[in-house]
Amino acid sequence: MGFIQKLINKLLKNLFRKKKHLKLGLYGPPNGGKTTLANKICQDWLGEDMGSVSNVAHETREIQIKEQINIKNDDGKELSFNLVDTPGIATKIDYEEFLKSGMKEKEAKIRAKEATKGVIDSIKWLDEMDTVIVVLDSTIDPYSQVNITIIGNLQARDIPLLIIANKVDLKKSNIKKVQSAFPQYEVIGISAKYGNNVNQFYNALFKYAA
Amino acid sequence: MLTLRFVPYHEIEYLSSARRIHKLLDIVKENKIVLLEGRLTKEEEADLIEITMENIDDTFKGIELAVVNPDRKQDNVFRKMKAGMMGMILGNRTGLTVVGPATVVSEIKKNPNKIELYTVPEKKKKKR
Repeated sequence: MGFIQKLINKLLKNLFRKKKHLKLGLYGPPNGGKTTLANKICQDWLGEDMGSVSNVAHETREIQIKEQINIKNDDGKELSFNLVDTPGIATKIDYEEFLKSGMKEKEAKIRAKEATKGVIDSIKWLDEMDTVIVVLDSTIDPYSQVNITIIGNLQARDIPLLIIANKVDLKKSNIKKVQSAFPQYEVIGISAKYGNNVNQFYNALFKYAA
Repeated sequence: MLTLRFVPYHEIEYLSSARRIHKLLDIVKENKIVLLEGRLTKEEEADLIEITMENIDDTFKGIELAVVNPDRKQDNVFRKMKAGMMGMILGNRTGLTVVGPATVVSEIKKNPNKIELYTVPEKKKKKR
């Protein structure tokens, strides 16, 4: 995409951004904690959950949207957005992996099929986002090509992004490794499950989504 | 036995994005590991994942992908400009892209100096 085209897109985006609710997307590989974070946000500001979570990968296989979430920062400023929880992006999906968690073959094959469709939808929805939170599991090596491809595509589309190094409550968590993998972006370490440091995350949202 | 297939950049240079991706995937679906000279664009990488997902079935389980780029953080301004100019003239020829079938390659780990490619154990492959 040429420079002028990018500039026009950005101007148009900024023009319409003021008139509608922002779309805040949660992106990342499977099992990073996107839905756990979505549930935390929804519980904190709406008092209800957004979706089900599981240790089995690809629990979220459809795009889920929670509309009109209003949050406040420490200074009392308000931010309103539509939260979009996306299926985890992966380069491979093997139904046999689901068999290990006790599923029947038929169920595992259906889950795999739905998961592949979920990945496709996540990628297609990238263009719809105004701001993206990339949710990474901080106990896992961040240098995976999926992470690099997601972040590279957001950069190519000029979509502001914030990186969340999730699961800081776990011993293996290594926020510094995530920071050194993506030094050009702000990385905030949180535990979406237990709520550690989520206030810092809410305050940071105002920088990227306001 | 592992089969590596080297794809020089000139083989994909004039292909459309869709044809580039299908060319790479066709090789991977023959259970070969592709070593592509250079790299795809970020958008093509996303398309590669998307088209891979469309192709997944009982036998094709997806891909393992890694792109290695020369580390330019230590370069001075002149070298960065030179690299930028070369990129504009020659396209995305720098670096190396590795794409392997998930039934053969279980994981690709990389750091600035090396790529480690882990293969699926033979027993597991035979079972499939």
